[in-house]
This record gives sequence, C-alpha cells and structure tokens, in this order.
Amino acid sequence: MRPHAFLSWRFVRVWNRNFVVYRRIWKVNFITPLLEPLFYILAFGLGFSGLIGQVHYAGVELSYTRFIAPALIATAVMSNSFFETTYASFVRMYYQKTFDAILATPLSLEEIIIAEIAWSATKAVGAAAIMLAVLALLGFIHLPQGLLLIPMALWGGLAFGAIGMFFTGIIPTIDMFNLPIFLFITPMFLFSGTFFPVANLPLWVQPVASALPLYHLTELARWCSLGIKETDPIASMGYLTAFIIFFTFLALRVMRKRLIK
Amino acid sequence: MNVIEVQHLHKRFNGLVAVDSISFCVKKAECFGLLGPNGAGKTTTMRMLYGFSPLTQGSIRLFGMDIGRDWRQIKARIGVCQQDNTLDPDLTVEQNLRVFAGYFSIPPKQAFERGRELLDFFALSHKKNAKVLDLSGGMARRLILARALINQPDLLILDEPTTGLDPQSKHQVWQKLETLKEEGLTVLITTHNMEEASRLCDRLVIIDHGKILVEGRPQELVTRYAGTNVVEIEGPSHELREYVNANSIEHDDLGRRMVLYSLEGSDLNSAVRERFRTDKCIYRNSTLEDVFLRLTGRELRE
Repeated sequence: MRPHAFLSWRFVRVWNRNFVVYRRIWKVNFITPLLEPLFYILAFGLGFSGLIGQVHYAGVELSYTRFIAPALIATAVMSNSFFETTYASFVRMYYQKTFDAILATPLSLEEIIIAEIAWSATKAVGAAAIMLAVLALLGFIHLPQGLLLIPMALWGGLAFGAIGMFFTGIIPTIDMFNLPIFLFITPMFLFSGTFFPVANLPLWVQPVASALPLYHLTELARWCSLGIKETDPIASMGYLTAFIIFFTFLALRVMRKRLIK
Repeated sequence: MNVIEVQHLHKRFNGLVAVDSISFCVKKAECFGLLGPNGAGKTTTMRMLYGFSPLTQGSIRLFGMDIGRDWRQIKARIGVCQQDNTLDPDLTVEQNLRVFAGYFSIPPKQAFERGRELLDFFALSHKKNAKVLDLSGGMARRLILARALINQPDLLILDEPTTGLDPQSKHQVWQKLETLKEEGLTVLITTHNMEEASRLCDRLVIIDHGKILVEGRPQELVTRYAGTNVVEIEGPSHELREYVNANSIEHDDLGRRMVLYSLEGSDLNSAVRERFRTDKCIYRNSTLEDVFLRLTGRELRE
C-alpha cells in the first residue's frame, strides 16, 4: 500500500463532525475561557501579588499579574488541546465507536487522527481568542502584537493535541490518563516559567524546565503579549514545530497499531 | 460482472488463523449470506471486505478493483452496517445522517434531501431531532441501515442486522431489506438467524473455523443435508434405534432425542407413526437450521 494515499484534505470532514457537536453546546464551551482568566487575575492580582511585589523577568520588573496573564493563555491552550485528544478522543474511539463508523467510509485512520489533533488545536484557538479579548480589555496584552497569540495558540494546540493523541494510542483504560497528567501535565503547568520565572529555579533544574513544550509556549505568549523574552521566539517556534511533527508521527503509528487489526 | 470476488483469503492474528483460505463470488443484485457460529471468521471476513482490516494473504476485489489499492473508491460505493451500534451519540438522528454524508463528501443540500428520504423510508421522520440514545433498539438499527444507504451504495454489507431485535422490529427490517433487494441492490449479510438467511439470501456459505463448509442456495442445501421432512422423537426406544440403523435412515442421535431426516415421498413418517407410536414426536419440514447444526455440530462455542 502507498502510505501517502492515506492522507488527504478529507480530514476536514471529521473535523467538521467535532465542530457540529461543539456548536450544540457552544455556550458551555464559552464560559470557561471567559471566566478562567478573570478568576486567576482576581485571585493572584488582588489576593496574592501583595505578598510578592515585582517579578524580575528578562531584565524587566513586572507586576505579578502582568507576568502571569500571558501564561494563563498558554496553559489554557495546553489543557484545551490535551484534554480533547485524551479523554474526549478516547471516549469517541473506545466507547462511542465513532472511529469504527468512520472507517467504513472513504476516510483513513490517518485522516481521523489528523482531524482529531487539528480539532483540539481549533478548540485551543477558540479558548485563547476569548481569553485574549478579556485580558486585552483589562490591559494585560499589548495590541496589535497580541493578535499573534492566535497563530501561537494554533501551534501550541497542535503540539499538545499530538502528544495527547499519542497517549490515547497507548493507554489501556481511560483511568490511566491520570498518569501522564500527574507526571507530565501538572509539573509542566507549575515549572514552565508560568507562575514564576525559570531563573528562580536551582541552576541544575533550569535546562530541564526549558526543555518542556509549555515553557516555549509561555515564552511565545509573553513575547506576543508584552514584547519581552528570555528565549528567541524563533527557537521556541522551531522547538514546537519539531515537537508537533514528532508526536503526530508517533500518534499515527500507535493508533494504527491499536485499531487496525 | 461479479461485485465481490474473494480468492484464497487468509487472516492470521497473534498466531491464530481466523480465516483460512476462503473463496467466493457475489453477483450483481444478489443477496449473499455468510453463516457460521460465533468465532467462525464471519466478522473478520467482513472487516477485510470493507477495508477495515488488512488481509494476510489472498485477494479481495470489489467492482473489479483491489481493496488494498483502490480502497477509497471502493468504500465510496459500499454501505456498511456494523454489528455494534456505531451511531454517533453526540448528534441527533438527522445530524447522524448529514454528518455521515459528509464523510462521503456528499454536498450538504444533496445530503439533506437524501437524509429526509431515508428517514421517511425507515419510518424515522418523527424522530429526526431525537437523541440517538433515546431511540429503541429497532429504531437505532433502522437508523444504522439508513446511514449505510446515505451514499446510494452499489453494495450493502450487513453484519448481523437483526440480532437483539424484537420480532416486530426484526420483520420490519426484513421487509425493508426485501424492498432494497427488489430494487437491485447487492447485499452481503452475516447472520445467526437461519430464518433470516432462508428468507433473504439467494446464495450462502456456511463457514466454521475459518473455512467454507458448504455453498449453495438455501433450499438446495436444506434438501441436500437435511432432506425435506424431519421427525424429532423424544426418548427414542431401543427398537427405534435398531430400525433406524437397519434401514440406514439419515439421522442424528442426541441421546434423549433423535432427529430423522427424509426426502419428500419417503414413507418414513408413516412408518415411524405406525411402528413406534409415541406422543412425544414432532413432524415438520427440514430447515436451514438443521443444515447448520448438522454441519457445524451441536456443541457450544466459546
């Protein structure tokens, strides 16, 4: 068989399926990204920043809320896409047999998987756009440069969607997603320069933190929002691109192994 | 031209032979049955036919094209009704049809019209905005059938289409399938239900342990393997056993029950009636179920 024949633009049909479902409950899907940044800004801006004062980042003094606001978008991108291709895709694949039904039509498994990853990135973009509007209104994001957060969300969404799909391909039961979440997502959420600069970590941990995908996404978000950076945005984009390619390829492999028998 | 040509089909997984050199052909407008006990290799064969599983060896050609190479063109021309309920629970009844039409790249307007036609044909119009999970078993199965027809397929593949349905729903599905058959649709069906197979299939194969045991028209197979008449005797006497063996009558001795097979015109019935008068005796016509049990054995599977 010719592998290239397994991928075509037709994947948008499966993407469209998820979009139809999303539209049915769009109001619910809207609320989280609308309220989440408000809660965080309120909690950290009013309650927490008094304890901290200024944050020293990339040679600039920032208020704590200004420092974390872009990171909120980055972490929302991560959770939106990762949870979509893990729990939601697993339910579609395993419990609802949605993939089985689609495989009886002129679509390939590869197209389904690419569509799932693309959809997870789309959801991430949707959430980022709403958060961007809220945070820009509050003055935490400089416009128009802040609009770059949209393509950045797409890129980050593809990265975390791809690695989520990879876990879905190898996980035996849905409960076991706890493992990658506890070992991968949670530490990343905390240690990627999101809530404090990586420079505050002990020297030997810093290279580990800067090898995490969320670190690069947060760096990009901060650069888009405020125009300041620790790492060259081109290097971060390169890192995320390589991450997307690697994990998409891996996800396609494990899913084929899992489903085609 | 043959719609389906299967030659020396093999499927092995994990060192297990699921399908062991199966060959058969299905002609246009024919209804062809794949019968066999659980684990015989029916569903595995079906899955290879619609391009879900790769084959280990052999060849499958549909509409003259190879499934490995031209899977996309082939799948565009077939409708598949899987054994599991694979309806999309996140969508309404009508959305199920329209989204599925999208997978075939059918334009939305055409999908809408075709969907309405099918809902009408399967008596589901009043449920078009219902959630799939709220449908009864019979309605869900009709919707799966409707969905399989959304692309106006040249071949319909049905994997146990009436398993688990109540008699009303079952007969309704049969009627719909007969209408489709009359319209010239080619159908490949697997089933455990022998009544269903006799009623719908023009030709069928019985498979077991991945091999074809027999092939033929249902009525021919019945006559060949189970005669035309059956006498079932409960608690057969020693004399009856001797009589049956002495006259070499086709039979199955199940210990507490004896089943005798005879052809039209034989005097077996009256002979048994006269000589071995017994209350617990059933005279009936031979059925495909007799053939099935004689060929695949009576012991439990799995």
